[in-house]
Amino acid sequence: MIQLGVIVVYLLLLVGLGLSANRLFRGTAKDYMLASHSIGPFLLLMSLFGTTMTAFALVGSTGRAYVMGAGVYGLLASASGIVHSLCFLLIGVPLWSLGRRHGYTTQIQFFRDRLESNFIGYLLFPILVFLVVGYLMVGVLGGGAVVQTVTAGTFGDVDWLASSNYGVPSWLASGVICCVVLTYVFYGGMRGTAWANTFQTSVFMALGVVTFFVIAKAIGGTDNLFENLVIATKQVPEIQLARAKIPKPVFFSFLLIPLSVGMFPHIFQHWLTARSANAFKLSIIVHPIFIMIVWVPCVLLGIWASGPESGIPPGTDENAVLGMLVQTHAGPVLAGLLTAGILAAIMSSLDSQFLCVGTMFTEDILLHNRSGEQLNEQQVVRAARGFIIGVVGLTYVLSLILPRSVFDLGLWSFSGFTGLFPLVFAAIYWRRLTAAGAIGGVLSVLVTWSILFWRSGFGSNARYSFPEAPVNLGVATLPQLHPVVFIFVVAAIAIVVISLFSRPPSEKTLAKFFRR
Amino acid sequence: MKYAVWILVVFLLVFHQDYWQWNNATLDFGFLPRSLTYHIGISIAAAVVWMLATKFCWPEGLEEASEHSKQEDARA
Repeated sequence: MIQLGVIVVYLLLLVGLGLSANRLFRGTAKDYMLASHSIGPFLLLMSLFGTTMTAFALVGSTGRAYVMGAGVYGLLASASGIVHSLCFLLIGVPLWSLGRRHGYTTQIQFFRDRLESNFIGYLLFPILVFLVVGYLMVGVLGGGAVVQTVTAGTFGDVDWLASSNYGVPSWLASGVICCVVLTYVFYGGMRGTAWANTFQTSVFMALGVVTFFVIAKAIGGTDNLFENLVIATKQVPEIQLARAKIPKPVFFSFLLIPLSVGMFPHIFQHWLTARSANAFKLSIIVHPIFIMIVWVPCVLLGIWASGPESGIPPGTDENAVLGMLVQTHAGPVLAGLLTAGILAAIMSSLDSQFLCVGTMFTEDILLHNRSGEQLNEQQVVRAARGFIIGVVGLTYVLSLILPRSVFDLGLWSFSGFTGLFPLVFAAIYWRRLTAAGAIGGVLSVLVTWSILFWRSGFGSNARYSFPEAPVNLGVATLPQLHPVVFIFVVAAIAIVVISLFSRPPSEKTLAKFFRR
Repeated sequence: MKYAVWILVVFLLVFHQDYWQWNNATLDFGFLPRSLTYHIGISIAAAVVWMLATKFCWPEGLEEASEHSKQEDARA
């Protein structure tokens, strides 16, 4: 019961923070969606990092390390340290500059303008929202799973909670988490989100380190930190220390996954909140270190959980591993705090995603080409909130119908965004990109992603690769790769080939987006 | 220097694919699996390379956009 009390207090604190930010709200849609471009280097770092670190990074990484071993860090964390910062520099900074110069609020506004095409917006909108829903499910599922695991046994005399081990059922926890995030996003807008992200990123980084040391002490059983670390790792099966469970071609494929950051609509919106281009520098430099601070303890916890002294039974659901470690090894107050830290990471992504889908709906659909009757600022904000509620409701229902591994669900969402990366890269750096090329590229992502997702049993086959068997090309053999490679390559080829065979953009547009 | 920094980025990506120690289960300091130690090194090296990139590869003409938009905001 104490754990639950601590979690509830934390959630109330967040709602209070959102309401406080509301007092600084300037009453304009621009302030609601972009915090009036007022975010400095530190807040930008914390909100970008908090947004990219979600249930995938904490619950997913611990669970996947429990299954596949220590190689999970190289698979995604160190790759993200390189590629995320690359995206911030090569995509984020130029888009910030173009966004400020031409007044964009969403990615779609940029693409419509750059490609002289309204249709690209109507094509991209449902695809981006669909992929964001997949990403949202990661947080909703992860948060529910952690709360259910940590509160197991709290309501021992309530029969109807037997299926959730007498804890708060994951469906209820997920619903409450969605409501809390909705509240502070609605009242605080982007400013509230940036504040909440900064607060929550600090909370989950600090408590993450505490979790690590507490569990190390519990497994090691001594008062010496270093000895505890050694004992905890010594009990891990040797196969978990190397990378025998990760095929090399899949490891290579994963270098592409972090490119998804370049096309996340919520990250685009955070980029535009920056006060100046220089505000990006701190994020670009520190992001790899922050990833390391979060992922190294999670991966170590995951491999420790696979050892006999961890108290985690073999074959445990990977989504539940982090929650079980906390519940098994921390006292009730600390377990509550640590759970709050995990929820902080999850919610600091959900908030940005909620806000961005509302912004996209109002800017790219509702207000786009609107003539005659104009909406006032309050009506715009209200419409954004209505759409957000619809998307969150859909996500929540899907999370109940299609429960999947947090890690795999995240990967499928990221694969779709990675497939769209060649589009944003070409839009910034390639003068010859045309609307037809862009539309062809987006459609190719839609087709390849859908087919491969279907072939993987709608994400249920975690080891699905493409090609499905090695292909002998005569001079070499094409190995089985993660589906992201095929999606990415086909999109890039479609964009280049179709652009070269279609009419180039007008000189006026080129002058607007490129220097001579 | 700009090109040197981009070459370092390519090196980071190449050295990230450390196939030569795939099955190495050695523990560094008694508790860190070798693959983890190595990739922690990659993360730290990435931060250093990106620090160099912000110094030597920073795009030009950005302040102009910033100033222009500030004036627009002030007018609004």
